[in-house]
Amino acid sequence: MYSFDMVRPTSVADAVSALGQDEAQALGGGQTLIPTLKQRLAMPSVLVSLSGIEEMKGVCREDNGDLTIGGGTTHATVAAEAAAHYPGLAKLAGGIGDPAVRNRGTIGGSLANNDPSACYPAAALGSGATIVTNTREIAADDYFQGMFTTALEEGEIITSVRFPVPEAAGYAKFEQPASRFALTAVYVAKYADGVRVAVTGASENGVFRWTEAEQALSSNFSPDAVAGLSVPADGMISDLHGTGAYRAHLVGVMTKRAVAAAS
Amino acid sequence: MAEVTMTVNGKSVTKSVKGNTLMTEFLRDELRLTGTHVGCDTSQCGACNIHVNGNLVKACTMFAGEADGAEVSTIEGQANADGSLNVIQQAFQDHHGLQCGFCTPGMVMAAASLLKQNAKPTEAEVRDYLEGNICRCTGYHNIVKAILAASGQDVSGIAAE
Ligand SMILES: Cc1cc2nc3c(=O)[nH]c(=O)nc-3n(C[C@H](O)[C@H](O)[C@H](O)COP(=O)(O)OP(=O)(O)OC[C@H]3O[C@@H](n4cnc5c(N)ncnc54)[C@H](O)[C@@H]3O)c2cc1C
Ligand code: FES
Ligand code: FES
Repeated sequence: MYSFDMVRPTSVADAVSALGQDEAQALGGGQTLIPTLKQRLAMPSVLVSLSGIEEMKGVCREDNGDLTIGGGTTHATVAAEAAAHYPGLAKLAGGIGDPAVRNRGTIGGSLANNDPSACYPAAALGSGATIVTNTREIAADDYFQGMFTTALEEGEIITSVRFPVPEAAGYAKFEQPASRFALTAVYVAKYADGVRVAVTGASENGVFRWTEAEQALSSNFSPDAVAGLSVPADGMISDLHGTGAYRAHLVGVMTKRAVAAAS
Repeated sequence: MAEVTMTVNGKSVTKSVKGNTLMTEFLRDELRLTGTHVGCDTSQCGACNIHVNGNLVKACTMFAGEADGAEVSTIEGQANADGSLNVIQQAFQDHHGLQCGFCTPGMVMAAASLLKQNAKPTEAEVRDYLEGNICRCTGYHNIVKAILAASGQDVSGIAAE
């Protein structure tokens, strides 16, 4: 690792001002950033640790039924505390990586990173969540802009994420056993006004909505509804773990499984 | 450099650390607690597992500065007060849950964390919990058996496959 300083502010306001320094970068749970720093793929002069900011932690049910999760909340906390309110989301959080990763990694870090194989982007897009930052609110549909790319500006902090709670939701992840990320995974959420389907791990453009399946499932929320549908293999990730055609096929399979698992 | 104070295995320590000092480096190089092993240094293997405020974490993927004010325990703090092996450690010995022993500190820390949350896990739950712990020697069966035995469950019917 290159050398850098670390500061640990205790409020969002102090973190924002610390991030105003030259070459400053936010540190969430470090489960992605620390390996990146070890490979010398990033060279910050100062890391602004968000882990001491209590106002960015926790799971809270709003009066209108939405679930708000602080940007610094760990995957383990979401798995435990969202279970009673939004079981589909809690289950996704409880399947990220392994127990030690879940005890450090945060929802804000995952969404800021927008790894094309990460789990949370599928939940946020599939739920039509709102990404709340220190300056504004961004709809999930506008937030994800291609692999590792988001609408966040330099120094902008995800302070919380607001999820409308669906009638039922399911996540089916075909796990890449070495990395524990999704080889391809699908998040399905059924709302009163329709079904949303978000696919991660498959496209070279990162997480995306499968609108054809959304329409089919909105009129018939059952695995059979998507039986005749398929996504094109063009633009799908091809690597040693699977070809684009294989991933395109998995999209259909995982969608069916996600619908079957929805609760 | 910044000063950090934390409790490690019940003892308070204060040291100056650099921003990029990892917990593995802090424990092994500064405190000479070399039971926390570095297997991969890429967050995959769990040999470096420790507890921070009661939670299992990979010490190679946490900065020492982030543990300021925390309660840390490592493998060195696991034995009983009289120095004898604790229930989990003893079960690893009794059930041959290790060969070279390199992964064992991380396995024991993971097992302790699991049994605190789930006092009587099933075999499937043990295997699931060990997802982030890699062992190159044993083939895992005896590790799983040791953890089930440490939880007080009868493992006489479980054959080493
Ligand atoms: C072994 C292993 C297995 C994993 N398996 C999975 C998996 O199955 N599924 C999955 O989805 N992920 C997986 N991950 C990644 C994990 O979920 C990370 O926690 C996550 O990608 C990053 O979150 P973090 O809090 O650790 O962020 P960090 O690593 O600290 O930061 C990542 C990036 O986000 C920025 N950032 C952090 N927090 C914020 C914030 N609040 N606002 C704005 N920017 C911020 C940082 O500056 C950095 O650029 C795995 C990781 C490991 C090591
Ligand atoms: S050394 Fe930390 S996970 Fe392998
Ligand atoms: S006993 Fe050798 S790596 Fe596990």
